Amino acid sequence: MKLAGWTLAILLPLGIIAARHLAWRRYAGKPFVEAALALPLVLPPTVLGYYLLVGLGRASPIGQLYEGLFGSPLVFTFEGLLVASVIFNLPFAVQPMQRAFESISNEVRDAAACCGMAPWRIFWRIELPLAWPGIMTAFVLVFAHTIGEFGVVLMVGGSIPGETRTAAIAIYDRVQAFDNMAAGAMSALLLVISLLAIGIANLASSKARGRHG
Amino acid sequence: MAEGGLIEGGAAEAAKGLEVTLRQDAPIPLNAHLSCAPGEVLALVGPSGSGKSTILRAIAGLTPISHGHISSNGCVWYDTQKQIDVATRHRRVGFVFQSYALFPHLSALDNVMEALGERAGDARKIRALELLALVRLKGLEERRPFELSGGQQQRVAVARALARDPDVLLLDEPFSAVDRATRQRLHLELSQLRSQLRMPVVLVTHDLEEAVQLSDRMSILHRGQILQDGPPFEILTHPANRQVARLIDLKNIFQARVIGHDSGHEITRLEWGGTSLEARYSGDFMAGDLVDWVIPSGSVILHRRRGPSRGVRENPVHGVIETMVRLGETVSVSILLDDQDAYPLFMSMSAHAAARNAIALGERIGVSLRADDIHIMPSQTVHHDDDL
Repeated sequence: MKLAGWTLAILLPLGIIAARHLAWRRYAGKPFVEAALALPLVLPPTVLGYYLLVGLGRASPIGQLYEGLFGSPLVFTFEGLLVASVIFNLPFAVQPMQRAFESISNEVRDAAACCGMAPWRIFWRIELPLAWPGIMTAFVLVFAHTIGEFGVVLMVGGSIPGETRTAAIAIYDRVQAFDNMAAGAMSALLLVISLLAIGIANLASSKARGRHG
Repeated sequence: MAEGGLIEGGAAEAAKGLEVTLRQDAPIPLNAHLSCAPGEVLALVGPSGSGKSTILRAIAGLTPISHGHISSNGCVWYDTQKQIDVATRHRRVGFVFQSYALFPHLSALDNVMEALGERAGDARKIRALELLALVRLKGLEERRPFELSGGQQQRVAVARALARDPDVLLLDEPFSAVDRATRQRLHLELSQLRSQLRMPVVLVTHDLEEAVQLSDRMSILHRGQILQDGPPFEILTHPANRQVARLIDLKNIFQARVIGHDSGHEITRLEWGGTSLEARYSGDFMAGDLVDWVIPSGSVILHRRRGPSRGVRENPVHGVIETMVRLGETVSVSILLDDQDAYPLFMSMSAHAAARNAIALGERIGVSLRADDIHIMPSQTVHHDDDL
């Protein structure tokens, strides 16, 4: 849960920047940038987890840099897990937001500039409200995917209580220990929270849609 | 350039209104100069792809042009030589887009208020309400665009464009998205609104009637070139050449040779494929010159088929009716003339005149070409691949 929250906090702003960029810029390498972003969709979680483990591990430049800066390794920590989570959630965040920003017509943005609106004002008053349904969809997808992800988390994070043990892994752990009671309770709780989160997001998204018909 | 634009010393006094010079080869070829005085409505008329919308977008700073200079009231907005390119939001333009481009999630009032960002809170709302009342939208301020009709949306767009007290008002085919009846009403409203506008207005349209009705001056645009510039009536009756004549939808364009002028300088005589014609005097041409000439289809006059008619002596020609198309109260007729092999002559008449004279396909008729309405132009080689 903590992981889902932090992933969303980092990924939504990051995703909005990337999505706006992809939606409106035209350049030669764009299909490949989009392909790279979509990779986590196609690769098995274990493959992704393996590369992340190697890429972020104590022997890698990134891992060493991080350890030099903060004094602790990146893998098998919450921070490492968060980096992994952000990466494997990228397509789920960027794609719906990119479609949402693409659906804002150029003329509407031109009109805003002709109205004398400053770029930040155009973003807050025009782009963000119009892209809101897409942003909500991204929210739901990232939340659901983070809660449900298993393979990558196990590869990069392991299952360290209080640090990298996510709900999904905790349930797996309980089932392995024949503690069906605890597994059942945790599963039910996860189910209810997920249902509520997605429901609320859908509600917000459909309200936003209804506003401009 | 972040702020305002530069005032050019000295010349600034003289340079009131909008001055635009644009030149580029790609992506859309342009080679045009236009100017528009405060309070004047300039119509850019041309077929789609002629570059008229590109010119409008360039004035607003929405499309870069490879070589150009744009100034408004002496303020330079764009100058490729001096590398001046004032950002769109710092150019004082009001832009009405073809699709209106209203902000779909905001009410009519909020749409207008977004363009009033320079004013303080209360003043913004008061001004926005005034503007919406000006375009007759009182009572609909809280509606969102999807709750408004096409004509009402267009009026919100006009109010929003006027909100900044723009130095230039730019209208990009603003009437193309509404039905005919609404369009006529909006034309009328814009004509009335005009008396209150003190800025140059540039109207882009492919609708010639609209341009004639609403503008003080027309520029006929084709492939990025301005072919002719002048008051609408002047262009309609005196097209500069065959190409302009086609663009303003004159159907009767023919070639002839000048025989000479009469002594009183009232008539120029033409030899047209064996027929001798009298035309309005045109001293620009000498005997023997090959020329193009045009006549509006309304200036071809039917000879009464039962009994004599006045004007039978004026350039009489005869032929067989080839096609007949009824358009409401008028009938458009094409005639294959006896002595002319190439193109038919088009004329229009009222439906009741057609009925009274028993006009029908294959019938022989005689018509007169009004000499005063025959306009002579320099001959232009005919390009058959021209997509006019």
